[in-house]
Amino acid sequence: MTAISLPASRRLDPVLAKRLLAAVLAAVVVLLFILFRGQWTLPHDQDFPLFKALNGVKQAVDQNRTVLDPIRIGIAALVDGFNGALAFLGWPGVLALAGGLGLIFGGVRLAILCVIGFAALGVLGLWDASMATLGLMLAAVVISLLIGIPLGIMVGRSDRLSSIVTPILDVMQIMPTFAYLAPMTLLFLIGAPSSTIATLIYAIPPAIRITSLGIRGVEKETVEAATSLGSTGWQVLSKVQLPLARRTIGIGVNQTIMMALSMVVITGLIGAPGLGRNILQALSKVDVGGAFDAGLAIVILAIVLDRLTEHAGEWMDPRFRRSDDEDPRRRRILYGAILAAIAAIVVAGHVLTKPTVFPKAVTVSFRVPVNDIVHWITGTFSGLTLAIKNVFTFAVLNPLETVLTTAPWWLVVAVVVLVAWYVSGRRASITAGVCLGIVVLLGLWNHSMQTLASVLVATLITLVLGVVVGILSARSDRLRTVLRPILDAAQTMPAFVYLIPAIALFAPSRFTAIVAAVIYAVPPVIRLVDAGIRSVSKTVLEAATACGSTERQLLWKVQLPLSRRALLVAANQGIVLVLAMVVIGGLVGAGALGYDVVTGFAQGTDFGKGLAAGTAIVLIGIMLDRITQGAGGRRRTVARAG
Amino acid sequence: MEHKRLARLLAGAAIMSLVLGACSSGGGGSAAPVVSAGASAAASAEASTGASPSAASEVTCTGAGDQGTAKLMINQWVGAQANVAVAQCLLQQLGYKVETNTLAEEVAWQGFDTGEVDVILENWGHPDLEKTYITDKKVAQDDGPNGVTGIIGWYVPQWMVDKYPDITDWNNLNKYADLFKTSESGDKGQFLGSDPTFVQYDEALIANLKLNYKVVFSGSEAATITAFQEATKNQTPLIGYFYDPQWLHNEIKLVQVKLPPYTPGCDKDLKAVACDYPPYILNKIVATKFAETGGKAATFIKNFKWGNTDQNNVADLITNKSMSPEDAAKQWVTANPTVWSAWMPAQ
Repeated sequence: MTAISLPASRRLDPVLAKRLLAAVLAAVVVLLFILFRGQWTLPHDQDFPLFKALNGVKQAVDQNRTVLDPIRIGIAALVDGFNGALAFLGWPGVLALAGGLGLIFGGVRLAILCVIGFAALGVLGLWDASMATLGLMLAAVVISLLIGIPLGIMVGRSDRLSSIVTPILDVMQIMPTFAYLAPMTLLFLIGAPSSTIATLIYAIPPAIRITSLGIRGVEKETVEAATSLGSTGWQVLSKVQLPLARRTIGIGVNQTIMMALSMVVITGLIGAPGLGRNILQALSKVDVGGAFDAGLAIVILAIVLDRLTEHAGEWMDPRFRRSDDEDPRRRRILYGAILAAIAAIVVAGHVLTKPTVFPKAVTVSFRVPVNDIVHWITGTFSGLTLAIKNVFTFAVLNPLETVLTTAPWWLVVAVVVLVAWYVSGRRASITAGVCLGIVVLLGLWNHSMQTLASVLVATLITLVLGVVVGILSARSDRLRTVLRPILDAAQTMPAFVYLIPAIALFAPSRFTAIVAAVIYAVPPVIRLVDAGIRSVSKTVLEAATACGSTERQLLWKVQLPLSRRALLVAANQGIVLVLAMVVIGGLVGAGALGYDVVTGFAQGTDFGKGLAAGTAIVLIGIMLDRITQGAGGRRRTVARAG
Repeated sequence: MEHKRLARLLAGAAIMSLVLGACSSGGGGSAAPVVSAGASAAASAEASTGASPSAASEVTCTGAGDQGTAKLMINQWVGAQANVAVAQCLLQQLGYKVETNTLAEEVAWQGFDTGEVDVILENWGHPDLEKTYITDKKVAQDDGPNGVTGIIGWYVPQWMVDKYPDITDWNNLNKYADLFKTSESGDKGQFLGSDPTFVQYDEALIANLKLNYKVVFSGSEAATITAFQEATKNQTPLIGYFYDPQWLHNEIKLVQVKLPPYTPGCDKDLKAVACDYPPYILNKIVATKFAETGGKAATFIKNFKWGNTDQNNVADLITNKSMSPEDAAKQWVTANPTVWSAWMPAQ
């Protein structure tokens, strides 16, 4: 570095030149900001013509909805089918089936986990609601996989298709779930069908993405070898690519189930039955404990299904098969016995009891203790937390928001385009510029800048927290063991459950929304950072230690640089997840785009504004996503070149 | 290897489906008599209660369930749960099955179109929805008042009135604006707006009354309630949109701020509005089909009419006494036979 600034070299070093340019540009931006502050600010206009035009779209769809009736009726029948099957199995049958599947996929321990998990749903007094949630989720997952896996296979085999589908999937994943609930009810009305389709949109991207990843992950040499031996395209797919990609596809199924479960809960807002409805009802009573019980049931369902599908994926993978140490005949007998046992239990359930009614002999509810704890926490700490909120808002959030909302809009766009170009290159800068340009046209500039300020702050907190805890967790197995269930819970517990304590502690405010977003976004960041640091190979670490590196040097000079890729993925994930919470933020006093979306959902006359606001969130998401994704690619090539 | 495995799986699946199929026919056969047995037991129980007049006040909230189904929609506030729980209890007593569904108001009206909703027991005046579903589509109709009067207004916690007695007059609000400043409201006082589903035009009111306040939307009813609870507990200043009937009034004391009084028509232009919210005579809305073919259930819903106190009492049992809506309804029904006996259709 120091050699660069030596006067000996006549030509300006390109790195230095770029830095100089950046400094000059920064100075120009500051100057322009000071000169034009408060002008060209595009204040919010409640009656922007576009909003009214979008309302017109609503009426047009409303009048021609019957076209979509076959879809609605078909999906309703599918959901009814799953509900009927679950009701037929009854609680003895569902427990037996869960245990049997656990036994087959993972062994006795998994079986016990599955049985206890499902029994816990009944013990919590939430059997009916849990089964309703499960039925809806299964319907959505089945459709997701029926569409997603074949599509994923095609995408995995065709680069052109991949370049078409990938951006669509990006949008589907960034789009806040709330934003398409209102259009869903417009198209498919309230109830189970709308819920299933909304869930489908949310859950299908991982099925497609991960399947195609699995197909692409099969080594070229293997495929070439098969082709040179005279296999047809179909044979290559069915005998080579699919079997070898099975494990990865298993992960896709797992992710689809997890996402579907979280979405099914949110669709309680559009009349979907199940645990989501329980949570919303508890929320209207400000009954945190009641919501917690239902939230806990969701966490339990998520953990059981997660472990079950994880093991099912391994079980399906030919490379993991344990056939060597097991006699196939014995296994056949075992499966037969399990099936017979399940059937016997189902029959016994019908003969001995009413199988749809879970016995009330043992019930456990955390309602009262949770309410007591929440009461104590909010009573004891609210003074402190309010002070934290105020200091933070006045010192960080308000200044940032003021800058973004009082700067001329073209200056903000120019800065974003330049930053995107500097960090990620030309393509990212064009995308970012186009996205912000459309936000201007949508008539939501002011609210978008308010939301952007909150999103940036929340992302910053998420990353700092995530990286610090991730590093600590990577360095201590014990901490990691303690963290795992907490992270599982934080990721699967619906945000609705912890919103009320958050409001009590921080008052309805933007900061409360930031807190909720951080809780939601931080677990995956911690996990990715942890995984990244742990993946640095042992030999490298041993070599560094042998050369006399201290623990500190090991972290800063070896582990962090080598896991840079994982860190960048973590940053990207953090941003996407924070954005997903913007609308939830609207429910706790954050206003701006989140509130616009909620209003659009609630009031017919604001439908257009809500739709536009949902679009604006997506655009901001794509913009931030592109900038950070590009940063990963660029830094990597730089690192390689160096 | 691969083939064998698949074949075994298929065979397993086939066995499974055969077993399940056999069970389902067997189960269906055995289930049917169970249901009818239960029904006849309930019917005989009802007959016996009918026979002895002393047991008339003993309401079981259960019945034969053979009269048909009524789909009641529950609004997201607890008062609506109270309405529905009581109606559900008595409809079941009349022999109906009752399905309930918790929905946002706008979404609920769509249910009239699809047949997923028969009854909304508490409607807070939605002229746009009334036009679409009652006037244009004719899938729903007004079914008369439910006896509850809705009051919307600006509220402050009781402790503020004790400390600043003249705060209840809007003319003095500017004097106190500084008290209400928060991190969200800049240099103005914060006015806490509410759930976006509710009728509210506080931004226009504040502008037209020239008040130095900024509306910060809580975004949800739960957020507003939590804010008022905290403001009462910690004695922190708060002013915001609230309403009655609401169970929170049984838990903490809120005082309404007097705005320029409502006169009919003063809220016609919502941009120029400078008067208080009108009192809402809350009414019931039913699906047209239900009104025509609902039989006794439709008559019952038509007759359903109680008051703010009744509703707040049931809502209070649900929230502050931690009762299930069913138990709360049962308790109220047992205690108030004179109120509800007038709703029951002639046998």
